[in-house]
Amino acid sequence: MLYGRQLILPDLGKSGQLKLKNTSILIVGAGGLGSPAAIYLAAAGVGKLGIVDYDKVEKSNLHRQIIHNETREGISKAQSAKMTIEGLNSLCNCVAYEILLDSLSALEIVQQYDIVVDATDNVATRYLLNDACVISGKPLVSGSALRMDGQLTVYNYKGGPCYRCLFPKPPPPESVLNCADGGILGVVTGVIGCLQALQAIKIATENDESPNNLLIFSATSYPLFRSIKLRSKKKDCVICGDHPSITKLQDYVQFCGSGALDKSPSVKELGREDRIEPKVYHNLRNETPHVLIDVRETVQYEICSLPSSINIPLKDLPKRIEDVKKLLETPNTSVYVICRLGNDSQHAVNILKNYLKGEVKDIIGGLYKWSLEVDQEFPIY
Amino acid sequence: MSLLKIKLSFSGGIELLFDNIKQKSVEIPSSINPPNSTTMKDLISWMKDNLLKERPELFMSGDTVRPGILVLINDSDWELEGELEYEIKDGDDIVFISTLHGG
Ligand SMILES: [Zn+2]
Repeated sequence: MLYGRQLILPDLGKSGQLKLKNTSILIVGAGGLGSPAAIYLAAAGVGKLGIVDYDKVEKSNLHRQIIHNETREGISKAQSAKMTIEGLNSLCNCVAYEILLDSLSALEIVQQYDIVVDATDNVATRYLLNDACVISGKPLVSGSALRMDGQLTVYNYKGGPCYRCLFPKPPPPESVLNCADGGILGVVTGVIGCLQALQAIKIATENDESPNNLLIFSATSYPLFRSIKLRSKKKDCVICGDHPSITKLQDYVQFCGSGALDKSPSVKELGREDRIEPKVYHNLRNETPHVLIDVRETVQYEICSLPSSINIPLKDLPKRIEDVKKLLETPNTSVYVICRLGNDSQHAVNILKNYLKGEVKDIIGGLYKWSLEVDQEFPIY
Repeated sequence: MSLLKIKLSFSGGIELLFDNIKQKSVEIPSSINPPNSTTMKDLISWMKDNLLKERPELFMSGDTVRPGILVLINDSDWELEGELEYEIKDGDDIVFISTLHGG
């Protein structure tokens, strides 16, 4: 019997199992959080699961996006998730949405489900989902993770706060790290994604007595979890308060200063004269005496680096100016700076320019662009 | 002047602005702005002057923390405790947590 072992649980029982069967859950994001959440919810017997994701399966994400596999590389993540779910539990009605959720599409989809699981990876979509859930009166099970840390909250549920009650203003875009830049341990998203599934099951079976709280997980701390008591819904919240000023969905990319597609906000700190294209640098590399400084963190430098580059992480640069000067053959020797994507390198040039007499330039687009345009063998990570 | 001994914790990436230290016990004056007792507002600007290692704009905005940082006082949302006006007590456990967005 498919659900026998959970049917005999006093906390679930036949009535709970029937509630699961009659519940529809929308999972937004089939990534590190959405993968385990979708697998457990489908296996538990949730009647209908919607999966939203506009991205394709990529090898560099499989360490955490375990609903996909190597044979699915390049196909839609929403479709791939649906294939796994249908293979796991044919009784689950799974709907794949291969779209980028936006203010035009969100409400119509959200309204068709009882519970929404936020398993996305960007600020704009988090505000969008919050507003769509408040407007349509759905609980939002929100998870997030980065590096070795994770967070879990339920918004817009039983008089508790919404995302905007806690965070009325979006964070400055430059303060937001994503998994591509910050790194993420697969099992950390796994922990949070499983907890999202658990929370959704508790809501679906009306088994949730816990007060409004934020659960913080840190794989490197002791204890691993901390539960924080949260404020109630704010009376003056612009969307869930007593007199909401927001009654329909907004332009969230504009509100947040970055959108779902900006994997990392591109920084333009430097003018054209302080920058060099990877191909141009490649041509002068063996001809012109120069120093190449790689300002990535050492842990990244150790994965791969350009021969003859010197690693000085950006955060150490201000106190290592003298070391840089010692590397120069003459005070006028040119210095080039490289990083992973070409953002930190610009910051580094601005620091170095104050101290060096010769030319200081950053390599546009960093090692990522180097790999695309100069050396395809150079690994992208 | 007497000192208050408190525990500060950083999580969600804020630790990177504080020399990558996740927890720190510090002693702060019980009245940073005499004659008033030290409040959260005083503590935040004290931290900026004494502990912050880089990029103050990623920690502060005006006289409070920047949007996207949640402050917890003794395991409670600081909004329940009076936010900036909260008067720090000896032994307080204060957490600064940056919301995460990845997944
Ligand atoms: Zn609200």
